[in-house]
Amino acid sequence: MAEKVLMKGNEAFAEAVIRGGVRFYFGYPITPQSEIPEFMSRELPKWGGRFLQAESELGAVNMAYGCGAAGGNAFISSSSPGIALMQEGMSFLCSAEVPLTILNASRGGPGIGSIQPGQADYFQVTRGGGNGDYRIPVFAPASIQEAIDILYYAPALADQWRNPVMVLVDGLMGQMMEPVVLPEPKEPLTSADIPKVKPWAISGSEKGARSVVKSLRLQPEVLEQHVEKLFEKYGRMERELQKVECTDIEDAEVVFVAFGTMARLATEAMELLQAQGIKAGLIRPVTLWPFPYSAFDALTDKTRVVISTELSMGQLIEDVRLGVRGRFPVKLIHRTGGMLPTSLEIVDKTKKILEEVR
Amino acid sequence: MKPVFQYTKGMTEVSTSYCPGCTHGVAHRLIMETLDEMGLLGKTIGVAPIGCSVVAHQFMNVDMCESAHGRAPAVASGIRRVHPDKVVYTYQGDGDLASIGMGEIMHAAARGEKFSTFFINNGIYGMTGGQMAPTTLIGQRSTTCVDGRTREQAGMPLKMCEMLAQLDGPAYIERVALCDPAHIRKAKQAVRRAFETQLAGKGFTFVEFLSTCPTNWGLTPPKAMEWLKENMIPYYPLGVYREVE
Repeated sequence: MAEKVLMKGNEAFAEAVIRGGVRFYFGYPITPQSEIPEFMSRELPKWGGRFLQAESELGAVNMAYGCGAAGGNAFISSSSPGIALMQEGMSFLCSAEVPLTILNASRGGPGIGSIQPGQADYFQVTRGGGNGDYRIPVFAPASIQEAIDILYYAPALADQWRNPVMVLVDGLMGQMMEPVVLPEPKEPLTSADIPKVKPWAISGSEKGARSVVKSLRLQPEVLEQHVEKLFEKYGRMERELQKVECTDIEDAEVVFVAFGTMARLATEAMELLQAQGIKAGLIRPVTLWPFPYSAFDALTDKTRVVISTELSMGQLIEDVRLGVRGRFPVKLIHRTGGMLPTSLEIVDKTKKILEEVR
Repeated sequence: MKPVFQYTKGMTEVSTSYCPGCTHGVAHRLIMETLDEMGLLGKTIGVAPIGCSVVAHQFMNVDMCESAHGRAPAVASGIRRVHPDKVVYTYQGDGDLASIGMGEIMHAAARGEKFSTFFINNGIYGMTGGQMAPTTLIGQRSTTCVDGRTREQAGMPLKMCEMLAQLDGPAYIERVALCDPAHIRKAKQAVRRAFETQLAGKGFTFVEFLSTCPTNWGLTPPKAMEWLKENMIPYYPLGVYREVE
């Protein structure tokens, strides 16, 4: 068993993807994740990897596309406005079925917004952002250890599905320190292995048939077939990747739904309410896409209200409503712009909501 | 009997989708024939742009990928990191490279990326139907400047070889023209020098091909060749703009 070390979020995230087999990083500085390109520029060469500071987020995502198309395990990271620029590339990568691991440290928006933690990019990451019919699995860890575990596994997952995989955190998780256990480093893929392991990759090698990585399909019937094939894959992802953590929901009168940083605050609020004799529970989606809608089926008639707790004007709440399917009232407790509620604030607002619905 | 001519293995046996008189086919063949002659076909990775030549991978017989509009140099930079021992090139038109992709090409060149860029400059957007390009000449007509480009309305055409030659990253930059057999032979020599310089690890290499677009210029193929010679070469002088020993 490896020993615990105290690590800052952003550095732990970077260390985890390297240990997960990533050897190529392309990045552009943006707060609150700039420690990641800094860490990668220092550490990646020690592992035999390559770091490249891109001229823009557009440059970074397209370098990563080239790297992934050539068979390399690439990683990019950015924050909300930078992710917006990268989404042109994400749509392209999905269509061309090129693997990539992405970290998004989201901040307050719209526009340049603020650099404080935000969750107002829920739609941005779960509903596309780039053009066309495509899907990207989005994981929302609530602790640095959980982020490490997901990021360690993300490069293999991206390879397995030949699709980008995103891990969504926020500035708070990037900046805080927690004791963590780092996993054993995986053997990385070498350039010489690529033609064998990834015969579809453009490796410039004599391997029988040449490879072409593309997303243009001018004939509509051909594009339709391609998108249907992608959606057959996305359907399997929906069944296999969904992840959720449910706490005390069976007899809960009030059920919070929250992810990431907000799930930590909601957990605290749940415990405070429980200490006051109010039965509270929590549904914490670990995957935002695929969203664990079926988790809501476990709620019983004892539930009076489901509360979406989020750092936005109410985006997660739309998936909560789809999960609840009209069985219970759905309410919102939120802050936005980079502001965080305290757990006491959540408790007070919850009590008021309970008075309304009782 | 000894064959006097053989079709290069560098090109697939698919008929190109380019218009009659378009020089994409000539440029494709020069590049692929050179790779074939240098024995590099199985060691090369190409990047196609957005524009008429987005489909270049159907005709160029090497591992290839498409790239988003203007991003080919970033894509090639990523490929290069994974395969430092292969030959890598991008093939890009003037809208792709000199307009939307200006950031990517300048930075790739400044970094001295060890790949070659083949730049097709025909002074117009071909695939979208003849709009003004950053390289459209003053007075030249397009569907977004029907009375001819003016300096007042659209500014001046960009000279990419001259701009890139100001940077310290590139190892070799040359402008050639695809307007007649003599110029085409010279163009092939430039392609070979670009690949040789890349193989020598000297840095970024760039060949600009002055090219035709008879369809969107509204000229017959022979007239388009004459128009290129009379109008483009005076504004875009041919020659080597940078060569690092």
